[in-house]
Amino acid sequence: MTGDPLFVHGLNLAVWVIIVVKVVAVFAIVLLSVLFMIMYERKVIARLGVRYGPNRAGPNGWLQSLADGTKLLFKEAFTPKGADKVVYKIAPYLMLLPALIAFAIVPLGGQITIAHHTTELQLADPQWGILFLLMTSGVAVYGVMLAGWASGSKYPLLGSVRASAQMVSYEAVLGLTTATVVLVTGSLHTSSIVAAQHGGFLYHWNVIHTAVIPFILFSVAITAEMTRAPFDLVEAEEEISGGYNLEYSSVDFAWFYLAEYAALITNSAIIITLWLGGPDGPRIAGHSIGPVWFIIKELVVLYIFVWIRATLPRLRYDQLMDLGWKKMIPAALAMLMIIAGFQATSTSSGSGIGHYLADRKWGFIAIVASVALYLLLTRAIEVGKTSSEIEGTQRSESMTGRQL
Amino acid sequence: MLASLQSVLLADTSAQALAHASAWAVFLVGAAMILTGAAGVILLRNPVHCALMLVVTLFGVALEFIDQSADFLAAVQIIVYAGAVVILFLFVIMFLGVDRKEAIAAEPTKLQKPLALLMGLVVLVEILALSRVDHWVGGTPALSGALNGPGDNVQKVGQAVYTGYLLPFEMTAALLVIAVVATVVLSKRAGGAGNDEAGAVVAEESSEVTS
Repeated sequence: MTGDPLFVHGLNLAVWVIIVVKVVAVFAIVLLSVLFMIMYERKVIARLGVRYGPNRAGPNGWLQSLADGTKLLFKEAFTPKGADKVVYKIAPYLMLLPALIAFAIVPLGGQITIAHHTTELQLADPQWGILFLLMTSGVAVYGVMLAGWASGSKYPLLGSVRASAQMVSYEAVLGLTTATVVLVTGSLHTSSIVAAQHGGFLYHWNVIHTAVIPFILFSVAITAEMTRAPFDLVEAEEEISGGYNLEYSSVDFAWFYLAEYAALITNSAIIITLWLGGPDGPRIAGHSIGPVWFIIKELVVLYIFVWIRATLPRLRYDQLMDLGWKKMIPAALAMLMIIAGFQATSTSSGSGIGHYLADRKWGFIAIVASVALYLLLTRAIEVGKTSSEIEGTQRSESMTGRQL
Repeated sequence: MLASLQSVLLADTSAQALAHASAWAVFLVGAAMILTGAAGVILLRNPVHCALMLVVTLFGVALEFIDQSADFLAAVQIIVYAGAVVILFLFVIMFLGVDRKEAIAAEPTKLQKPLALLMGLVVLVEILALSRVDHWVGGTPALSGALNGPGDNVQKVGQAVYTGYLLPFEMTAALLVIAVVATVVLSKRAGGAGNDEAGAVVAEESSEVTS
């Protein structure tokens, strides 16, 4: 069992203080990264659109988000007349909290020693490890859902219903692809997941170990989970004039903004932990520089998120649901089965292609079964579509009512 | 509890006392959450508020699970109940538009309130009596046995489920699939477009029964 060396000598006051310091430090890191990230996104998007982006406040405009935040703090906090007052005020915090605490399980690489106490650069390494991520992403729905409901007006409610349907739909993919990582690692601890990917740049990472496809599925699902572009039809201005946070202003709106970007940073960190080796990377002059590698990877992943937002157009609602339920969940299931099959490899004596195949028979059986099931599924969807079309024409009903 | 707190305050910061106090603090916070949530569910008038108080209770229960080093159960408690079941509750409440104050006075039967009170008392007395007789009811870790042997809690649960209890596990899975298929069939037969919400309600109820 892995564990933080901090607790080797039990729990005493110094350990308590160190834990509190770590909590505050992680909190500060996430909040500061949010300030940075907002500017990073605006600058990159501007450059991708051949513009300058914000360039007035501070050096090269890098203090713009600080200025915006300060301005928001001094605006009037407005509560609509029909709002459910208590839930309306709580919702932003319910959104912010999961995004912040999910960062606790991210290993940042290496250990540090403070006053004779050695501790991991990771806030918490619970036994349920990566299940913590599934927990926070499951609970994150509440913020969005209640914000829209408590606003007491129609458009935010529509936005929040869209958002929660979307988040619930894509959670299954998240869970299934995370399970593939747990399969190849054999542990739920995030520290073990990172340790298993250590050594050998790229070659030992889970992206390669799980044959890339689960990684892509996970990244797409987590983008949908965050309701970021191209899955941002939650805040499609031309359809529902805003989204779940339409009625919010002042600090409450700032919390939503903060929560969105905190979730982006945390989820990128989770992607790196699960698939991209965490803080793994070549040593420089014999020194292990895990945190530096981690920051570099984080910047690259965040850049890709921004790039996607600047490039891809928004999906339609039925496209979103089709992608989630008919393509990604079956693919994630198939990959889980195939990887489980290849994990059950036996080692027989002898070489040659025959032995090679025999050793990995469960893996190949799983591939064949997946292809067969895929064909069956496509056929079933086709049949279902035609039969509902027939039904539709019989009842001479327009299908538009069922689209949403 | 008071004794352990005192020992902390009186600079007797031995590791065990602090660990003990921490465990007590976790237990008390969890218990407070459970009771507040439960009281909220039955006392509040707005269904959405009730559902939210249910979430508070579920989190309290998860906290108590962690206190008993049943980490996997805690995770599942939150992922399945708080993350899925109550979300579905809220969905249905919002979709069907029952999020208004309801007339509680209208009772299905005359005897409902006294019967409920009686049953509640019976259950309470049962639990109290059992906790006097058998210690496992109270979940005392020292008596129900701490984790032994190698491996985490999660690993042990996984091994138990996939070896000794494989048949019940698979039967539960089959039951869930049957419930899903039945939902599709029922909502399909009831006649097409307008009945999606009814289907959702059935699905949710069946998943609740089986989980």
